[in-house]
Amino acid sequence: MLEVIGVSKSFDGFMAVSRAQLDVKKGEIVAVIGPNGAGKTTLFNLITGLLKPDSGKILYKGEDITGLDPYEIFRKGISRSFQIVNLFMRLTVFENVQLSILSREKRTWSFFKGASHFFRDETDHVLEQVGLKEKKYTLAGFLSHGEQKILEIAIALGGKPELMILDEPTAGMSPEETFRCMELIRKLREELDLTILFCEHDMDVVFGYANRIMVMVRGETVIQGTCDEIRCDRLVQEAYLGVTHE
Amino acid sequence: MVKNGQGRRILYAILILLFLFPFFAPRFYVYLMSLVLLYGLLATSLNLVLGYGGMFQFHHCVFYGVGAYATALILTKTQLHPIFAFLAAPLSGAMLSLIMGIICVRLSRLYFGMLQISLGSLVWAIVYRWYSFTGGDDGIHGIPVPEIIGSTNGAYYFTLIITGISMFLLYLIVNSPFGKTLQGIRDNALRSEMIGVNVKLHQLAALTIAGFFAGVAGMLFVVVDTTVFPEMLFWTLSLEVLIMCLVGGWFSFLGPMLGAAVILTLRTIVSTYTVYWALVLGITMTLVIFFLPNGILGFLEERLMRGKKADA
Amino acid sequence: MDLYGFLSQVLVGLSRTVILFIVSSGLSLILGVLRIPNVAHGSLYMIGAFAAYSITKFFGGTDIGFWAALLGAPLFVALISFIAERAVFQFLYEREHIMLLLLTFGFSLIFGDLVKLVWGGEYKTVAVPKVLQGYVLLFKHLHLPLYNAFLLVLGPIMAFLLWLFVNKTKIGKISRAAAVDREMVGAVGINVSWVFGITFVVGCFLAGLGGMLVAPTISVTLGMDHTLIMESFLIVIIGGLGNIWGALLGALIFGLAQSLGILMWPKFGIVFPYAAVVLVLTFKPRGLLKSTW
Repeated sequence: MLEVIGVSKSFDGFMAVSRAQLDVKKGEIVAVIGPNGAGKTTLFNLITGLLKPDSGKILYKGEDITGLDPYEIFRKGISRSFQIVNLFMRLTVFENVQLSILSREKRTWSFFKGASHFFRDETDHVLEQVGLKEKKYTLAGFLSHGEQKILEIAIALGGKPELMILDEPTAGMSPEETFRCMELIRKLREELDLTILFCEHDMDVVFGYANRIMVMVRGETVIQGTCDEIRCDRLVQEAYLGVTHE
Repeated sequence: MVKNGQGRRILYAILILLFLFPFFAPRFYVYLMSLVLLYGLLATSLNLVLGYGGMFQFHHCVFYGVGAYATALILTKTQLHPIFAFLAAPLSGAMLSLIMGIICVRLSRLYFGMLQISLGSLVWAIVYRWYSFTGGDDGIHGIPVPEIIGSTNGAYYFTLIITGISMFLLYLIVNSPFGKTLQGIRDNALRSEMIGVNVKLHQLAALTIAGFFAGVAGMLFVVVDTTVFPEMLFWTLSLEVLIMCLVGGWFSFLGPMLGAAVILTLRTIVSTYTVYWALVLGITMTLVIFFLPNGILGFLEERLMRGKKADA
Repeated sequence: MDLYGFLSQVLVGLSRTVILFIVSSGLSLILGVLRIPNVAHGSLYMIGAFAAYSITKFFGGTDIGFWAALLGAPLFVALISFIAERAVFQFLYEREHIMLLLLTFGFSLIFGDLVKLVWGGEYKTVAVPKVLQGYVLLFKHLHLPLYNAFLLVLGPIMAFLLWLFVNKTKIGKISRAAAVDREMVGAVGINVSWVFGITFVVGCFLAGLGGMLVAPTISVTLGMDHTLIMESFLIVIIGGLGNIWGALLGALIFGLAQSLGILMWPKFGIVFPYAAVVLVLTFKPRGLLKSTW
């Protein structure tokens, strides 16, 4: 579904991403792992159009989406959540998700009909799926951190994506919250037929939920394979997991 | 805030009072109330892009002044029917806002504000100097306004009706999907972009609407006061309108109108005692910024919310 | 108009530029380091001019009065700004720009009326000292009023002194660091509040100095703050926020555009500098030189 071919990006001479390779098949859950600064977020920014690659190609369902603007990429069916919570703080939980749906349905140019009339049921449905229905009218700024991260995902869901890119979805969560969040993601994947690409530092999460893993070190793709392949791979163990072999 | 039944009743009561105002108030106060209404409209139009849109509109009065001058010039220099003069104001305000918006909107917040100030100053300088056309720093006086709305009461009702309609339209816009999108852009332009919103286009639309209604306010001033002068385009007035938004509360819809009422009433009262109104305004502003950063309405709303939370 | 007349007009325009530069560099300093859009800067300029009037009057209009005012007026302005900063501004550095803008606007209103209260509404004059009266012959037929020549000499000196302050003194260097990363500077143990305070006072001193210098060339009136602050802001914007050389460049462009404008089209002369500003910003919206933001 998604193919990243030889993508590179440098900032003022610093190679943040170097000839990265990634492929995600439909229905998969793929995780990108790597030490801090390996370029994971930059890679996600490149895929979603926030940055333009210096070289390389990104294909989505066979179509070249390299260098498109973020909102164009969104309309192709790719939704994204952020590592640092990126919400509409002064709007309610309901309005946060509703906005996503409004945008998807291109209703943002409606001037005279009250917003509360639009897509009530669908918004409620999404909120119910992620478990935030009781907090419908709370301002996003007042939610707990874990709830805010779930709202992040809910907003991404509003776009009815086919591919969801999650940047460290469980960062800062307690073990219980992490479990709930990942179960939610798994459930959503099944119910909505989503393909999921995410990056994480929590190895339990990665090995527990991902079908395949891509390892990034210093901007380069070291390897992409199944959990077992990665676990046994020497390079990965040395570079990332910190084990040395004689 | 005005959604519940009690709020609505208060609103209707105020509207009825406003309609009956000329019957029990002396002429000067009717004139003053007209000013409150039109400045309230101007401040609300500013707040569309400022409080709801998060854009640093530092020189809003350019559109107000241009609208006023458009009306004045058509009424004094042409034989066209007055309706053209009245329509010219919002149209010129909207057009100028759109043009300036296209130039400025590609910049980040602060630079947007600054480029706007420079463009606005340029317009002011031209108006100020073009004596033969605009009357220069004398302005234009004794503008012929159609008779039915020429009297103090007539001007008042005209202003009340136009302001009422405009505020109603603005209220609809603010609560529409467009309005919510605008607020989303204010809170997080990046996220808005990521969920598919063409941020710049929406901002342009908001600016044009704000310019439109600022032009309306300018036209109303001509009707009420029958004069125009270059100071209407000067940055000091723009900042005063900003203050009105601040004092009333810029996260609420009626905040700017309240702010306009407060500032204008204060000015009238203070001016009867002393000529140092600017001093009083300056001190008031400093106090408000220190103690009421969300304005009067913001402060009240916070109190209400805290009260509700305590009950819950 | 012959060449010499034209040149002498240009030089007079340039000397006006010096004053714009001095005031704008102060504004740029405050804007760059403290991130405060100091709308009150114009009022402080005006107070400088009025203070110069009072000081020269105190000395009975003699030359000593002028030189006393040269230092006294800016110092007086610095004192006022120091009080304002310690009493009010230092608590509000963390606020949003728009709040700071409105706050300084409030202060400009207060200062404006205080000037009216203390000095009254009629315009005042400050005499050029005898030693600076008359003309200097620069070149064949090129005459220049001696006072303007004085300003033209003072300009580069001030620029040099400012450059020394910002780049060579300890305070200057700390200010520049604080402009870029105030948290870091605080973390290293430096009292950021004092650094800001001193920078603010220095910036305001410059405003007062500008006002003092301009006083003998114009009639000192209320309202001189309004046009000046607008011009000053525009100069700082096109020069690049916080960049002192930018202020110089901006002042040059503005001053020259104004002189040329008045020469070529007297009625609309004052429109030229604003048009020049718009032109610059359309192509270089962040200003011509690097800003500290």
